[in-house]
Amino acid sequence: MHLIELQDIFKTYHLGEVDVPVLKGITLNVDQGELVALMGASGSGKSTLMNILGCLDHPSSGKYWLDGEEVSGLSTDGRALIRNRKIGFVFQGFNLLPRTSALENVVMPLNYSSENLTERAGRQRATELLERVGLGDRMHHEPSQLSGGQQQRVAIARALVNRPRLLFADEPTGNLDSKTSKEILLMFQRLNQEEGLTVILVTHDGSIAQYARRTVRISDGLIVADAAGDAS
Amino acid sequence: MSKLYRTFRMALHALRRNVMRAILTTLGIIIGIAAVIAMMEIGSGSSSAIQGTIASMGANNLLIMPGTAASGGISMGAGSTMTLSPQDCEAVLRECSAVRAAAPIVRARTQVVYGNRNWVPMYIYGTTPDLLAVREWTELAAGEVFSDRDVRNGSKVCLLGQTVARNLFADESPLGKELRIKNVAFTVIGVLSSKGANMMGMDQDDIVLAPWTTIKYRVSGSSATTANQSAASAGAAQVNSLNQLYPSSATSLYPVPSSTQAADTPLPVRFTNVDQIYAAAQTSAEIPVAIAQITALLHERHHLREGEPDDFSIRDMTEMTKAVTSIADLMTKLLLVVALISLVVGGVGIMNIMLVSVTERTHEIGLRMAVGARGRDILRQFLFEAVILCLAGGVFGILFGRLCSFLVTKFLHWPTLTSVTAIIAAVVVSASVGIIFGFYPAWKASRLDPIEALRYE
Repeated sequence: MHLIELQDIFKTYHLGEVDVPVLKGITLNVDQGELVALMGASGSGKSTLMNILGCLDHPSSGKYWLDGEEVSGLSTDGRALIRNRKIGFVFQGFNLLPRTSALENVVMPLNYSSENLTERAGRQRATELLERVGLGDRMHHEPSQLSGGQQQRVAIARALVNRPRLLFADEPTGNLDSKTSKEILLMFQRLNQEEGLTVILVTHDGSIAQYARRTVRISDGLIVADAAGDAS
Repeated sequence: MSKLYRTFRMALHALRRNVMRAILTTLGIIIGIAAVIAMMEIGSGSSSAIQGTIASMGANNLLIMPGTAASGGISMGAGSTMTLSPQDCEAVLRECSAVRAAAPIVRARTQVVYGNRNWVPMYIYGTTPDLLAVREWTELAAGEVFSDRDVRNGSKVCLLGQTVARNLFADESPLGKELRIKNVAFTVIGVLSSKGANMMGMDQDDIVLAPWTTIKYRVSGSSATTANQSAASAGAAQVNSLNQLYPSSATSLYPVPSSTQAADTPLPVRFTNVDQIYAAAQTSAEIPVAIAQITALLHERHHLREGEPDDFSIRDMTEMTKAVTSIADLMTKLLLVVALISLVVGGVGIMNIMLVSVTERTHEIGLRMAVGARGRDILRQFLFEAVILCLAGGVFGILFGRLCSFLVTKFLHWPTLTSVTAIIAAVVVSASVGIIFGFYPAWKASRLDPIEALRYE
C-alpha cells in the first residue's frame, strides 16, 4: 500500500466566468519513507498540487488516498483533522508566531490535536524535538532573536510535534543563504533516513532536488518526468 | 475542559503578545463600565436624595382618622367619631413593621397670648416627640424637643413654628418665655426650623406643638374640630377645673381620699381619644403594606366584625407617592440609557480592534489552520480573546467607577449609593459585550481559507 495515491486529479479554478484548469490529470504514488522533490516552474501547478497533497485544498475531481484513507471528499474540518494527525508543514517564510518563544511555537499544534497530551508531556516532546534540530540552548528565544536557519529549524520541529507520517516543505530554503540551505536540506535527509519519515520537497530549484531520491517534474498541470535522482 | 483551558491559555498568550493594544482596547470597556458604575452610583444616590426630599414633604405619611358618625341619616363627616386612642398609636408603632414612626395628634384652635401680642396659629397640635420624626422635621432652629416624660406628665411646654415665633416674639428669643394658650401658661422650650408651605399652600410654620396630654386635658378637653375660639374662651373658666390661672380659687369640695381609699375604689378608666394618628411608612414602596397592616391591627383592636364598616379611615399622599415613583422610574431609565450607550461604544471599540487583529494576524490564522486548527477552534480562540478583554475591562471598570464615585462624593459632596446590582450587571454585560461584539471578527477569522491566509501579505 502506498502512503500517497493520487488518481487522475484535476483542479480547476473559477476566476469570474473563465475556468482556469491548473491540474490536468495527475496520477502519482509515493511510498512510505520516500524523499521526493516536486519540481516545476512557477505557474506549473506544483503549489496547487502541494495544497491538495497537504489536504489544504480538495481536487475538482479524482481520488486521493492518504495512508489508506480516501481524503479527497472530506469536509473542511475532516481535512483539518488529517493535517493535524498526519501532515507536517514547513514553509518558505518560516511562519513562526511572533513574540512567542521557540518552545511555545513548537507546542502550538498540540493545542489542536485530538490526542490529549498533558501540558508537561507536550512540552517534553517539544523540548526533545528542539534538541534534535540543534536548538536545545535557544528554546526560550523569540523568533526575532533567531537567525533564518534557526527559525526554519524551529519550524521543522513544529512540523514534527504531532508525529506526522508526511512532511511537506514548500521552498524551505527560499529565504536562506546557501550554507544554511544545505544544513536544512541535510536535516530533511537525516529525518528521512533515520526516522523513515516521508518528505516531499516542493521547489523550483534543481540544486535542491539533488538532495531528493526521486524527482517529480510538473509542467502545465501534468507530470512530465518522474525519475529517481541521486541522493548525494 | 482541558480544551477550554488550552484555548484560554492561547487567547491569553495572544493578548500578551500585544500588550499595548490589549490595554488600549480594554480601555474602551473600562471607560464604558466605569461610566456605568459611576452613573449608577451617583444616579441612585441622587435619586434617593430626591426621594428623601420628597419624603420629607410627607410623601410617606399616612393619616389615620376616626370614622364618620351619622345621626338620622345625617353624616357628620370624617373624624366625627371618637374611636382612636393613644394606645392605638402605640400599637401601630409596635406591631406594624412597615411603619417607621407614628404619633397621635390632638388638635386645638385657639388664641395664643404672649405679653401684649396674640395670635391664632393654624395648628395647635398636642402630640408626642415622634411627630417630628414622622414629618422628618427633627432639625430645630433653637432649643430642644419636649420628651416622652413631658408627655406622660402633661408638662406645660411647647415648641413654636417660625411663623408663630415671629408674630408673638418678633425679634426676641422665645426660648424660656411663657405664653398662654386658653389661659394655660406654657413654657417655650424650642423653635422649629422653617418648613414653608405645604403642597396645598398652607403655612406649615404656623404651628404650636405641645405634649398631647397637656392639650387634651388642660386646653382642649374635647375634640377640637367643632370647638371654635369664642366658644372655647367662653367655657374655659367654668368647665376646665385643671385651669391653674387662679390657684387660690381651686377649693377642694370633697375630702381628699387617702391612698388606701384610692386603692379600694379605683376610678373608672376614662376613654381617651385622639383626633388623628400620623404615621410614616418605612419607604414609599411600603405604603400599601403599611396601610394593610394598620387596617388589620385596628380591626382587631376595635373589635370590628367581618363586614362591619371601619370606624376609621387611612389616607395616604397618593399624589406625592405618584411623583416619587415616577421620579424613581425616570431616574432608573435615564441611567439605563446612559449605561447602554457607553457599553455599546465600548463594544464597538472591541469589535474594531478585533477586526484589525484578525486582518493583522491573517498569516497566523492560516498557519494555525495548516497545522490542524478547525474553523471552530479559531472562532473559539478569538471569542475568548474578546471575552477576556471585556471581563478584564469589566473588573478594572468597576474599580475605576467606584473610585470615580468615591472622588465625586469626596470632593463634590454629591450623594452616591453603592449599587451591587450595577456591579453584577456590569460583569455580566461586559462578558456579553465581548461575546456579541467579538463574534463577528471571530467568525470572519474562522471562515478564512488556509491557503489564502498563508499567502496573505
